[in-house]
Amino acid sequence: MSKHTFTHLDALESESIHIMREVAAECKNPALLFSGGKDSIVMLRIAEKAFRPAKFPFPLVHIDTEHNFPEVIATRDKLAKDLGERLIVRSLEDSIKRGTIVIKNPDLPRNPFQSVTLLETIDEFGFDACMGGARRDEEKARAKERIFSFRDEFGQWDPKNQRPELWDIYNTRVHRGENIRVFPISNWTEMDIWQYIGREKLHIPSIYYAHEREVIRRNGMLMPVSDLVQPKPGEKVEVVTVRFRTVGDVTCTAPVESNARTVDEIIEETATTRITERGATRMDDQTSDASMELRKKEGYF
Amino acid sequence: MSNTTQLLRFITAGSVDDGKSTLIGRLLHDSKSIFEDQFSAISKTSEKRGMAAVDLSLLTDGLQAEREQGITIDVAYRYFATPKRKFIIGDTPGHEQYTRNMVTAASTANLVVILIDARRGVLVQTRRHTYLASLVGVPHIVLAVNKMDMVEYSQARFDEIVSEYKAFAAQLNLHDVTCIPLSALVGDMVVDRGDSLNWYQGPTLMEKLESVEIDHDVNTTDFRFPVQWVCRPQTDEFHDFRGFMGRIEAGEVTVGDTVTVLPSGRSSTVKAIVTYDGELQTAFAPQSITLTLNDEIDVSRGDMFVKADAMPAVAKEFDAMMCWLSESPLDKNRKYLVKHTTRTAKCLFSKIEYRVDVNTLEHHAEPVVNMNDIVRVGLKVQQPLAFDHYKRNRASGSFIVIDEANNNTVAAGMIV
Repeated sequence: MSKHTFTHLDALESESIHIMREVAAECKNPALLFSGGKDSIVMLRIAEKAFRPAKFPFPLVHIDTEHNFPEVIATRDKLAKDLGERLIVRSLEDSIKRGTIVIKNPDLPRNPFQSVTLLETIDEFGFDACMGGARRDEEKARAKERIFSFRDEFGQWDPKNQRPELWDIYNTRVHRGENIRVFPISNWTEMDIWQYIGREKLHIPSIYYAHEREVIRRNGMLMPVSDLVQPKPGEKVEVVTVRFRTVGDVTCTAPVESNARTVDEIIEETATTRITERGATRMDDQTSDASMELRKKEGYF
Repeated sequence: MSNTTQLLRFITAGSVDDGKSTLIGRLLHDSKSIFEDQFSAISKTSEKRGMAAVDLSLLTDGLQAEREQGITIDVAYRYFATPKRKFIIGDTPGHEQYTRNMVTAASTANLVVILIDARRGVLVQTRRHTYLASLVGVPHIVLAVNKMDMVEYSQARFDEIVSEYKAFAAQLNLHDVTCIPLSALVGDMVVDRGDSLNWYQGPTLMEKLESVEIDHDVNTTDFRFPVQWVCRPQTDEFHDFRGFMGRIEAGEVTVGDTVTVLPSGRSSTVKAIVTYDGELQTAFAPQSITLTLNDEIDVSRGDMFVKADAMPAVAKEFDAMMCWLSESPLDKNRKYLVKHTTRTAKCLFSKIEYRVDVNTLEHHAEPVVNMNDIVRVGLKVQQPLAFDHYKRNRASGSFIVIDEANNNTVAAGMIV
């Protein structure tokens, strides 16, 4: 292949396209989980590359915590509309009204409950495969998960009972009632995502770029001030130039101090950062060494 | 890292005693791929366990489920990058179920690092790891002779191990073998050369990983294009569009080429190579593309496009080396499913020729096939498959076996 150039991004992209096409061909009723965050925006571009000039052979699905950054929801809706693809939104509020989610305080982080609404949505539409934008470099539980991750009827991941995954021959078979989560960008890192966003000139929510924001310093992190996050007695509101490395529940996603206002500047910063993506930005993953593992077993992506 | 770096997948084979986790930790640490929060977590744990220095092997420590239940989850993937390349490490911890785990991790690897403890030399497990690497056709092998600091960095000891190992590797027809003396604990010859191995002139482990030629790890000559998905947009704009989507698994294709569709044997010429980023004149493995043809011929998922100058075999019967992965033994009276490229078909095992003792390489007649066994078998499939010998083409010579009763993947096969 010396006469051709095939970079690591080309290799990752081609692998991800191959995975999505396997899902489309072998699963009866797949869906693509799409939040408007950067990883799922990369997933949309890969889906375009996999299926254009046709429409996607699956809908986009967002499990909405309603603890959102407005910029992210605006991007979600704009992208779905521009692409002309079907977007299904199911909200945690509906599960709360149904009584299937019981929360003590509506302002507390809702990520732990996303699994409930996701499973209800899978049930409502009969999805047998949900593609998600999780990456193995994010967290050590993810590092041990398959690309095609089999779930039982309760949506549970059993880490010690995974199907061996050889070459790129994927076993997509499930019995009725069971389903699989598929992670087409498993092998991408945070750096790959940024390089790809740069190469493809993808539109991402503005809060990924450096901007001035009111924050509170709490537990060594910067918490963005919002309707849901207000200063406690003794805490001081400061205006700091920050960007978000991940976006999620507004009550537990912390930005990092940064002056990176372009993709190139973010790539430079990502190359020199000394803190992992989730370590820097997710309060909920720090609760214990095994937080993510426990959430996955409950049916989280 | 720039936008023009290549991707290299490698695995490490060896036990904890050989310093495997320490070696991975050392690679990550010295290439500055460990983040501060990860480092501070393992520093704390090292301190708690009363260690004088930070134990780099803790970086590859397992999940809560593994720690609590004393089990090992077969493969974990780790990522790091240098300015020259991006790396994916398939890490297979533990001794238990080693064959199954190593075959799984090796199936996607360009390179395997086989670790040896310099004090102990070539052991039974070294031979086993090397045999499995050759069976799965990992193109490049690095023998890392570790713990050189424990043998006073002796060149004589290194040479002795290398000559014994090379004699063994030659029996398996392994050609690309690089032997590197190193100390993962001290850091000699992993990323930095150190001061103690000045008699060694070859590459450090990192230099080898960064420079090994991988362009020809895929077959670049025999065009193989298994159809994954037929694209029919049926919109006004693309009314007559009928595209065949898939990934080129080997060789290349140019607009105007005559292609044959297997197993039907019908031919047409390539009208266009369509991608989201525009039409291409030529496409090559492993690009994912869409092909359109100049004639309307019947093509569906599971078919394979090839060219007349390099035809694969098309048959319903073939022999294969197979690694059994399931806790339930192979049942010769049952039908299983074979998934080969994009085609899935029912299959029967017509014969079980022998089992390979992975330690001695001896063949045994064996009526029962258990987990971790490597066997030579004969298969009969319900529909014809278009395949190559695994050694010639990994993508069109490999298959998995699925048990329909529970949908588990029960075996990995390599066509011989």
